[in-house]
Amino acid sequence: MISSNLSAIFYLISGILFILALRGLSSPETSRQGNFFGILGMIIAITVTFLSLGNFSSGFIFVIIFLLIGGLVGAFIAYKIPMTAMPELVAGFHSLVGLAAVFVAISAFLNPEAFNLGYPGNIKLGSLIEMSIGAAVGAITFSGSVIAFLKLQGIMSGAPITFKGQHPLNALILISIIVLIYLLCSTQSSNLFWMLLAISFLIGFLLIIPIGGADMPVVISMLNSYSGWAAAGIGFTLENTALIITGALVGSSGAILSYIMCKGMNRSFFNVILGGFGATEQSNTSQNKEQRPVKSGNADDAAFLMKNASSVIIVPGYGMAVAQAQHALREMVDTLKKNDIKVSYAIHPVAGRMPGHMNVLLAEANVPYDEVFELEEINNDFANADVAFVIGANDVTNPVAKTDPQSPIYGMPVLDVEKCKSVLFVKRSLSPGYAGIDNDLFYKENTLMLFADAKKMTEDITKNL
Amino acid sequence: MEIDPFIFRLSIFILSIFIGYYVVWSVTPSLHTPLMSVTNAISSVIIVGAIIAGLAGNDESVFNTSSIFGFLAISLAAINIFGGFLVTQRMLAMYKKKKRDKK
Repeated sequence: MISSNLSAIFYLISGILFILALRGLSSPETSRQGNFFGILGMIIAITVTFLSLGNFSSGFIFVIIFLLIGGLVGAFIAYKIPMTAMPELVAGFHSLVGLAAVFVAISAFLNPEAFNLGYPGNIKLGSLIEMSIGAAVGAITFSGSVIAFLKLQGIMSGAPITFKGQHPLNALILISIIVLIYLLCSTQSSNLFWMLLAISFLIGFLLIIPIGGADMPVVISMLNSYSGWAAAGIGFTLENTALIITGALVGSSGAILSYIMCKGMNRSFFNVILGGFGATEQSNTSQNKEQRPVKSGNADDAAFLMKNASSVIIVPGYGMAVAQAQHALREMVDTLKKNDIKVSYAIHPVAGRMPGHMNVLLAEANVPYDEVFELEEINNDFANADVAFVIGANDVTNPVAKTDPQSPIYGMPVLDVEKCKSVLFVKRSLSPGYAGIDNDLFYKENTLMLFADAKKMTEDITKNL
Repeated sequence: MEIDPFIFRLSIFILSIFIGYYVVWSVTPSLHTPLMSVTNAISSVIIVGAIIAGLAGNDESVFNTSSIFGFLAISLAAINIFGGFLVTQRMLAMYKKKKRDKK
């Protein structure tokens, strides 16, 4: 058994190690060391908790058993999961953090003596407030992440689900959460505590269903942030520094990522949260679609164009992930490089279903990270490039965002793909992208559409090179 | 007058938000996915609370309603800790620089 002062210092150390873990991610070279710091911090936190409780009775064995069960499941998932499924995995993990926070809050509420918070029916006011905030945010994180998971996994339709009176209903529930916390603190009634949890689960569900599939980067980042605030709330209840520091770090990390994602779409945070985007636009753009001529080609034409180019820029998007085309793409690029063609990759901030999704997929296919560029770094290079190879991306290349103030995506930063001498567009059909708007790029003189599955087309091009 | 310990915790919290703000802005965008998985893993330090809850039962009865929730939370958090760190490790191992000898 160690003194609570000593354990507080160790919790501080583990908090600092977590800061270093995030700090390490500032460059790929230091990132692995950062992850090691994170693991070390976690080991310290867990060991210190055991030592400070000093309880190695039969309960301890069960703690280890449950820890190992969870650990094995987690390790199994981590090794099996394909990189294309990272968004689902992260959403799933968020839901677990949320649920764990709820469970800890429940057991603290049922047995406050174990946590030095007072007695059942007479819990310290401050602790009760912190506990109920932690529980409510945890419950919202849980049910919200479950919906995000189902949408990403395709079990639930990615289309926004909206109904009349949705916003007033949500507002009403949010207000009643605050009222319930107030009543709970004044009466200490356990019924109110359960009610609080129930409506928090409900609001998490209602908040995410109106948000469409391609807004998932924002949703995942936002839930990331929530899971942090839930952890911080529990950290205050437990008076635990490691948990407070971590909660704050994760909370602000998720908030910053949401901000970056919203900026990448030129939409305000509230606009995304209120949802329903893209559902209304489809009807008015579909009529004139068939009238415009499109040049389409095959793998042979594409190979010819690329062989005669001296520089090629690849623009990957979510479609590449769906088709699992990243390895085939890398093979194509290897062949191009053998022919002394300069190749680089351009990644839009909201390409894919979560922040940095495309980078991970390219890294998986052994693409060196110094060939992969962000929007600002590479956008001026399109004018000097011979070929742009757009694979699975759509809205992020649409020049309409720069030219048409009527367009719903007007003002969104886009990749200047149309400035290339020629554009190769791999796509299964002419259907509009997520935003439901036609892409002018399809009809440009210098665009060649390659209608095929992304993976198959890329393989065919490689054969023809 | 003595300062409530809550204020100290609040100070730690607010300062950590600022640290988080600056640290996360310096994360390179290509590592945003590992950032999310590692924040997932570290926020599971909530396991500390779960362990306290799990060990709260006495010797005669290890399991009571409160400790069962604790044990469940331990498993959930452990999935996240192991899963989060390992999947981050797996991703980070893939980030490689261009081989210079190739050029």
